[in-house]
Amino acid sequence: MSALLEARDVVMRFGGVAAVDGVRIAVEQGELRGLIGPNGAGKSTLFKCLTGQLRPTAGRILLRGKDITGLPSFAVARLGVGIKTQVPSLFDGLSVQEGLMIALRRQHGERAARGLAGAALERLGIADLADRTVGLLAHGQRQLVELAMVVAPEPDLILLDEPTAGMSLEETRRAAEVIRDLNRRHTIVVVEHDMQFIRSIARTVTVLHQGRVLVEDEVSRVLSDPRVRDVYLGRQVAA
Amino acid sequence: MSRRNAIEIVTAALLAAVVALVLPRVAELFVLINATVFVSMAILALSLALIWGFGGILCFGQTAFFGLGGYAYAVTALNLGESTYAVPIALAVPALAALALGYFMFYGRISDVYIGAITLTVSLILFNFANSTAGDQWHIGEAPLGGFNGIPSTPQLNIPGDPDATLSPQAIFVVAVICLASCYILSKLVLASRFGRIVVAIRENEARAELLGYDARRYKLGIFTVGGLIGGLAGILFANCVFVSPTMFSLFYSGQVIIWVMVGGVGTLFGPIVGAMLLQGLTTWAGTLPGINPNAILGVILMLAVLLMPTGLLPGATAVLGRLRRGIAP
Ligand SMILES: Nc1ncnc2c1ncn2[C@@H]1O[C@H](COP(=O)(O)OP(=O)(O)OP(=O)(O)O)[C@@H](O)[C@H]1O
Ligand SMILES: [Mg+2]
Repeated sequence: MSALLEARDVVMRFGGVAAVDGVRIAVEQGELRGLIGPNGAGKSTLFKCLTGQLRPTAGRILLRGKDITGLPSFAVARLGVGIKTQVPSLFDGLSVQEGLMIALRRQHGERAARGLAGAALERLGIADLADRTVGLLAHGQRQLVELAMVVAPEPDLILLDEPTAGMSLEETRRAAEVIRDLNRRHTIVVVEHDMQFIRSIARTVTVLHQGRVLVEDEVSRVLSDPRVRDVYLGRQVAA
Repeated sequence: MSRRNAIEIVTAALLAAVVALVLPRVAELFVLINATVFVSMAILALSLALIWGFGGILCFGQTAFFGLGGYAYAVTALNLGESTYAVPIALAVPALAALALGYFMFYGRISDVYIGAITLTVSLILFNFANSTAGDQWHIGEAPLGGFNGIPSTPQLNIPGDPDATLSPQAIFVVAVICLASCYILSKLVLASRFGRIVVAIRENEARAELLGYDARRYKLGIFTVGGLIGGLAGILFANCVFVSPTMFSLFYSGQVIIWVMVGGVGTLFGPIVGAMLLQGLTTWAGTLPGINPNAILGVILMLAVLLMPTGLLPGATAVLGRLRRGIAP
């Protein structure tokens, strides 16, 4: 069985620094994969390569076996990849509702989009924010709005870069519920620092360290792996 | 189409109808011709309001399209002996120029600052070129380009298909007002459409729009071309109440349009129209005062506006009105 998403030896160099340094990762259809690693490990950079925001210095990216390396981000999005970026990327001057409509208009007519927008807001428990201006919302609410915008068009593959940062406990709980529920129909990769959260949603976890895959295994084994604890504590690791 | 949009469109149409019916009857010829200039400039301001305020593209050289529209009109009308086909051609030339320039800028992923510099440069190149066309060797068909003097013999519009039915200054004023109202309504409709809403989303956050699957380049090119078309129409009307000359491309006009839009309110359509009218009226009036440089007055107004109403006249006035209303009925 071929993977939905595959990165083959992806390298992303900024000047002399290799933020991503030969990553191999394969995500199967239907998976809910956790991607963890200390600050600066290259998680967000890898996501940017996967979504066409960055063109990798070397390596290939395949979606459903098809090479998508170097495609612009709008083209990757059209192939069914959605991403919630680490720093929420939103239409600050528009209302929450209009932002959702923008997310949906590419595939749907006005009436259908309105229905789906309402459903997405409902699902994330932010229907009451529909008429608010996005730029004036609190950080946790912004995260939920972006999540709603990303999932509303139902992409096959959803990349979530620290979706619960800045969320209240209640908001985090709801986000976890939504992500688990989404996983019934979508393949998901989540970057998170909150191990509790990762444990509650993911089955397989990939650990990135200094731009390379350190371990990839079942979640409880990864979280009890001494090497993983070491990198999180900032100790040197002989991988 | 929202209810509010519908109301604004009907109001604009009614306002235009009243102005077009009343002013030609009461105003002296000189005033009417001046008013036509104001209206053509308001259309130019509207074109920039659309691409800057909604497309997020700061074009420092909107006069390039204004001048191209004017020159294309004068040259074709002189060659054909009448305006029937000169008008569509004079609309096509600036629109195609915007399409070509926009393609180069947006598909070349030129950054915002350079877009400002490039558009300004293009208008200055056109200015210099038009200026250097003095002498008999510079002509396109029957039309002499005239260098610094421009084309004083720019023909007036005639009723389409009837070369002998040249429009009077009164009629040209009415045409200009109808054009302004039509462009305003057209812009409203464009912005209310799916295309327009995505243009605005791209202004808000281009990266997010692309991550949702929209090719930002296409949408920017689209709105830029519409802006070039409307700017060209303004040039045709200007050619009909003054005449075409290199000043149409000048830095003086490019700068003024930006000030009108800024003072009127970036991100609105009506504000820049009002801004263009008010500031032109003011500078014209200031020009009649002894010992006062109208440009100095314009400068002072710009500074005051930026300091006191940073969002522009229209949004500023709306905010003040809102505050007053809340003050009266809390
Ligand atoms: N555009 C860039 N130019 C130069 N260096 C960059 C750029 N983007 C990222 N980096 C560097 O690449 C490395 C990896 O960054 P990245 O943001 O991918 O880490 P991360 O794993 O997402 O970290 P965090 O958990 O803090 O979000 C860091 O050292 C960062 O400074
Ligand atoms: Mg990151």
